[in-house]
Amino acid sequence: MADHFAAVLNPPSDGSAERLARIRAGLKSRHAREWRFRAYGIAATAAAIAFVVILFAMIFAKGLPAFWQAKMDLDVFFDPAIVKVEPKPVQQEGQSAADYRKAVLDWERAVTLVNWNRVIEAAVRAKAPGFQIDTRQVLTVVETNERFVLRDMFVENPGLLGQTVPVRMLASANVDNWLKGTIDRSLPDAQQQLRDQARGLADQLYADGTIGMRFAWNIFVNVDSRSAPAAAGLAGAFVGSLYMMLVVILLSVPIGVMAAIYLEEFASKGRITDFIEVNINNLAAVPSIVFGVFGAAVFINWFHLPLSAPIVGGLVLTLMTLPTIIIATRASLRAVPPSLRAAALGLGASRTQMVFHHVLPVTFPGIMTATIIGVAHAIGETAPLLLIGMNAFVASVPATPFDQSAALPVQIYLWQGNENRNFFEARTSAAIIVLLALMLSLNAMAIYLRRRLERRM
Amino acid sequence: MTDLSTSETKPETIPMHMTSGSAIIESSELGKGKTVRTPDKENRPVRVKARDVSVFYGPKQALFDVSIDIPAKAVTAFIGPSGCGKSTFLRCLNRMNDTIEGCRVTGQIELDGSDIHDRDLDVVELRARVGMVFQKPNPFPKSIFENVAYGPKIHGLARSKSELEGIVESSLRRASLWEEVKDRLHEPGTGLSGGQQQRLCIARAIAVSPEVILMDEPCSALDPIATAKIEELIDELKQNFTIVIVTHSMQQAARVSQRTAFFHLGNLVEEGPTDTIFTSPKEKRTQDYITGRFG
Ligand SMILES: Nc1ncnc2c1ncn2[C@@H]1O[C@H](COP(=O)(O)OP(=O)(O)O)[C@@H](O)[C@H]1O
Ligand SMILES: [Mg+2]
Repeated sequence: MADHFAAVLNPPSDGSAERLARIRAGLKSRHAREWRFRAYGIAATAAAIAFVVILFAMIFAKGLPAFWQAKMDLDVFFDPAIVKVEPKPVQQEGQSAADYRKAVLDWERAVTLVNWNRVIEAAVRAKAPGFQIDTRQVLTVVETNERFVLRDMFVENPGLLGQTVPVRMLASANVDNWLKGTIDRSLPDAQQQLRDQARGLADQLYADGTIGMRFAWNIFVNVDSRSAPAAAGLAGAFVGSLYMMLVVILLSVPIGVMAAIYLEEFASKGRITDFIEVNINNLAAVPSIVFGVFGAAVFINWFHLPLSAPIVGGLVLTLMTLPTIIIATRASLRAVPPSLRAAALGLGASRTQMVFHHVLPVTFPGIMTATIIGVAHAIGETAPLLLIGMNAFVASVPATPFDQSAALPVQIYLWQGNENRNFFEARTSAAIIVLLALMLSLNAMAIYLRRRLERRM
Repeated sequence: MTDLSTSETKPETIPMHMTSGSAIIESSELGKGKTVRTPDKENRPVRVKARDVSVFYGPKQALFDVSIDIPAKAVTAFIGPSGCGKSTFLRCLNRMNDTIEGCRVTGQIELDGSDIHDRDLDVVELRARVGMVFQKPNPFPKSIFENVAYGPKIHGLARSKSELEGIVESSLRRASLWEEVKDRLHEPGTGLSGGQQQRLCIARAIAVSPEVILMDEPCSALDPIATAKIEELIDELKQNFTIVIVTHSMQQAARVSQRTAFFHLGNLVEEGPTDTIFTSPKEKRTQDYITGRFG
C-alpha cells in the first residue's frame, strides 16, 4: 500500500522523457484509428439515412399529387324532359308497409333507369357552349360513377326536379392524366387515352377554371372501384386493416404477454423451456407467407371462416406477431433487476403478486412498445393476406370483421398491378403514404405512451 | 429436508464468560440450550435454531453442516471472507434460497421451535415473520408511502386506511426516517439518497412486524455517515426484533452485534459472544481472519 502511494507521488525521474516520447509516438496512430472508426460510423449512418430519405422522397413525390385530382364544377339542371319519373310515392292511407316499400323500390328503379348521362352531358356542354364534340366524347371527360351520384342525390331529394344545382364532379382518370401530364401530350391521337375533341374540351375547361385540381377526399371516403378509377378510394381497405389490427391486439397481447410471463417467471428452467424458447425464436423467423398457407388450411378449410375476411387476416397476423411479442416481453422481463423481485419476495409477496404488483408495472412500457411495433409490422404485411383471399376485389366497407374486405397493403399491391398504369401509379403511392401515416402514428403513440408511463414511475 | 431430529427440551442456558481476555473460552455446546447468553449478560431465548444446514447450488456444495442458535432481541453478526457462504446461510433463514434455481437446502431450521420447512408452514407466512434487508437498497419504484404500506397491504394487516397510515408512520419513525420524508410521502422512494433508501427498506421490512430481520451487508453500498445512522438504528431495533446481520466489516460486527459467527469456506468455524470472538477466538482461522491475515 505505502509503496504504491509513494510510486504515484514520486514518479521515477530517470527515463521519464523516453517514456513520454514512446507514449507520444503511439498517440498519432491511436488518434488516426479513432478518427477512422468515427468516419466509418458516420458513413454507415449517412447511408442508412440516405436510403430512408430517398425512399420517402420517391413515395411523396409520386404520391402527393394524387391527393389533388381533377374535379369539375358543373351546374346540373334536373331537366324534367330527361328525368321523366312519377313523383316519389307517399304512403297512402290503408296501404300496408310492404306495399309502400314496393312502391318506393319501383320508383327508385325508375329513377335509376333515367338517362343521367344526358343530364351530365347537358351540364358539361353548358360550360363550353358551342364546343364541337360528340356525346360519347363528352362523357369520357366525366368519371362514370357520377351518374349514380346524381341518381342518389335525386332519390334523396326528389324536389330537385326542374332545378339547377352546383355539383362538383370527378373528372375521369384520363382527364386527370392529361392535365397532370402523366401521359405524353405529343403522342399521336391513336395512342392517347382521350380522343382529340375530349382533350380539347378538357384543356378549355381547365383553362376557364371549371376543372381544377382539388383535394381528393374520395381517396378516404370511397371504396375501391374498377369501372370508375378516379373514384377509387381506400375506405374499405382502411377499415379492413383497422379490424385486423384490432383482432391482432386483442389476441396477441394477452396471449403473448401471459405466455412470456409464464415462461419467464413461473416455468422452471429446463429442457422443455429451452425447447419452447428455441421454437418461439424459430417461429419468429418463419417467412410470413407460410403463416398465410397455415391460415388458409386451418382457419378457412378447417374452421370454415369466411374468405377475404379481416377476422382470418387478424388471426394469421396474430400468429405472426405472437413470437415478436413473447420475445420482446421476455426480454423486458429479464431486464428487471433481480433486486426488485427479491424485495417483493422478501416481504412475503407470492410469485403472482410479485409479477403483477412489481415486475409488470416496470416492464409495461417495454411490452407496450413491443406490441405496437409488432402490430405496425403486422398491418403492413401482405403475403399471408394474399393466401387467404384478401386480394379479392371488394368494393365495400366491411361492417364487421367477418365481412369480406380489402386491406391497405393488399390494396397497394392491387393498385400497383392495375392496368391503368399512369393513373394508378400515383394512387398507389398515395395508398403507401396512408399506410405509412397509420404506422408512423402507431409508433408515435408508442413513444408517447412510453414517455408518459416512464414519467409516472 | 429434515434429516436430523431435534430433541432439545432441557431449558439449559449456555455458560459463557463475557469478560474479554478471559482464560476460559465458552463453548456454546449446540443443541443443549433453549437460551443463549449475549455480552450484555442476559440469557435470551433462542429464536432461530439451525442444525446441520447444508446448501448446494446444483452439484456444488456451498455450505457444510452449519448449526447455530440465534438469540431473540439481539444482533447476531455473520462475518467471514467473501464467498464463504454468509449470504447463503442468511437466505436459508427465510427460505429465499427457494427462489434460486437449482439451490437445495438440507438440514433443519426452526423458528420459535417450529420447522420452517414444514409443509404446514407457508413460505409467505415465514417471510412475513422473517423480514429481509438487502445489500443494495432496493425500494420499489413507487412512492415512499407505497413502499412501506405494501407489506401490511398484502398481508392484510391494516383494516382501514387510517390504520395503514398509522403503520406507515410508525414504521418510518422506527426507521428514523419519518422526519426526513414526512412531507414527501408520495414522492418516489427511488428519489431518496442511498442511506435514506436503505432506511426505507428497513421501514418496509418492519412494517410487517416481523420477529426476525435479516440484513445482508446493509451498509456496504453506503457512505460512512449513512452507515453510522443505520448502525444506530440497528442498535435501537434490537429492543424489539431479532436481527441477523451479514457484514464484511469486522468493526461493524464489533460495534453492533452481541454475538458473532465466523464463516469460512462454507463452514461455520466459530460462533460466540462478540467480544469473545474478537478478543480470544478459539480457532486459529478466526484469529487469522480478525487480525487481517486473510480475507
Ligand atoms: N445463486 C448462486 N448460484 C450458484 N452459486 C452461488 C449462488 N450464490 C452463491 N453461490 C456460491 O456460494 C458460495 C457462497 O456465496 P455467498 O453466500 O454469496 O457468499 P458470501 O455472502 O459469504 O460472500 C460462493 O462460492 C458462491 O459462488
Ligand atoms: Mg454476500
